[in-house]
Amino acid sequence: MIWVKMIIAGIITFLTRFLLVSLIKKNSLTNKTKIVLSYVPSAVFPAIIFPAVFLNLNGQLFIEDNPKIIGAIAAVLVGYFSKNVVTTIILGLLVYWAYIFIG
Amino acid sequence: MINKNKIFTKGVLDCLPLLLPVVPFGIIFGVIGMELGFGPYVTYATSFIIFAGSSQIVFIQLISAGASPLVTLTSVGIVNSRHLLYGAVLAEYLEKLKLRWKILLSYLLTDQAFAVSNKYFKKNSKNKFAHYHLLGSGLGLWVTWQLSTILGIVLGAIVPEELGLSFTIPLTFISLLVSEFRKSKHIIVILVSGCVALLAYNMPFKAYIIIAAIAGLSVAAFLNRKKA
Repeated sequence: MIWVKMIIAGIITFLTRFLLVSLIKKNSLTNKTKIVLSYVPSAVFPAIIFPAVFLNLNGQLFIEDNPKIIGAIAAVLVGYFSKNVVTTIILGLLVYWAYIFIG
Repeated sequence: MINKNKIFTKGVLDCLPLLLPVVPFGIIFGVIGMELGFGPYVTYATSFIIFAGSSQIVFIQLISAGASPLVTLTSVGIVNSRHLLYGAVLAEYLEKLKLRWKILLSYLLTDQAFAVSNKYFKKNSKNKFAHYHLLGSGLGLWVTWQLSTILGIVLGAIVPEELGLSFTIPLTFISLLVSEFRKSKHIIVILVSGCVALLAYNMPFKAYIIIAAIAGLSVAAFLNRKKA
């Protein structure tokens, strides 16, 4: 039974990836739609970032003395100035660790 | 051939820095699967058959909690529904490919692969082998995910929880947005999406990601309403 559910879950995840890749034809999108779609990373990734930074494991706001907020602010600043993926991740993690283990 | 290999290698290299955070996540998933009593085969098979970290966690957690198949499958679909948007963005670059290529590349489509290959496609849309970049980034992530799940299953929690490596997940996504930090409209969309995600976090079926995405895209449409 678990295998049947798993295979259906696999088909569903596959379809979320495959459906629009296969259905949308070139020139079927208006320019306006293309402009809006260029915002997909900016519209999707924060929905993963914000809860992981600002909420605790119980899903409640966790603002005061939260090392993840310090690390995330550091990462945003490093990213803004360096525009580099690797330095952003590493320095964000280092600041987070410094706050937990030293600060 | 040389061109194909080069583009494929570039895809692998571009996603390489994003793979570091995937390893602890994969290990954690393997450990959770074992702790919930799914055994090595079922736990590993989800990485092969579903191949989507957050959907896999939702899947095994709901099943072990005794949720109905309808709830379980709906949640898996909604958690992964952001990939519909990735597909819509990439469709124009992949349109000319044969069906078997579309199936393979869709199976390999993840947040990270989308982020790096979308950037590459924007700059190299004329190159007819550009899709090899997505093959490289997708396979790089796939191999890493399979191996790290197995590591978690076989070795258990080898990474101490005190290190807080789950924080590398939001860090990865922050790093994927750095090129938008100087564009005011993007900053507005980022803030709207993030705040809506916080407000909608406790909604059923983990729908907060797609709800926040739709809110962000609506704001993007509004900010660009005067453009053709």
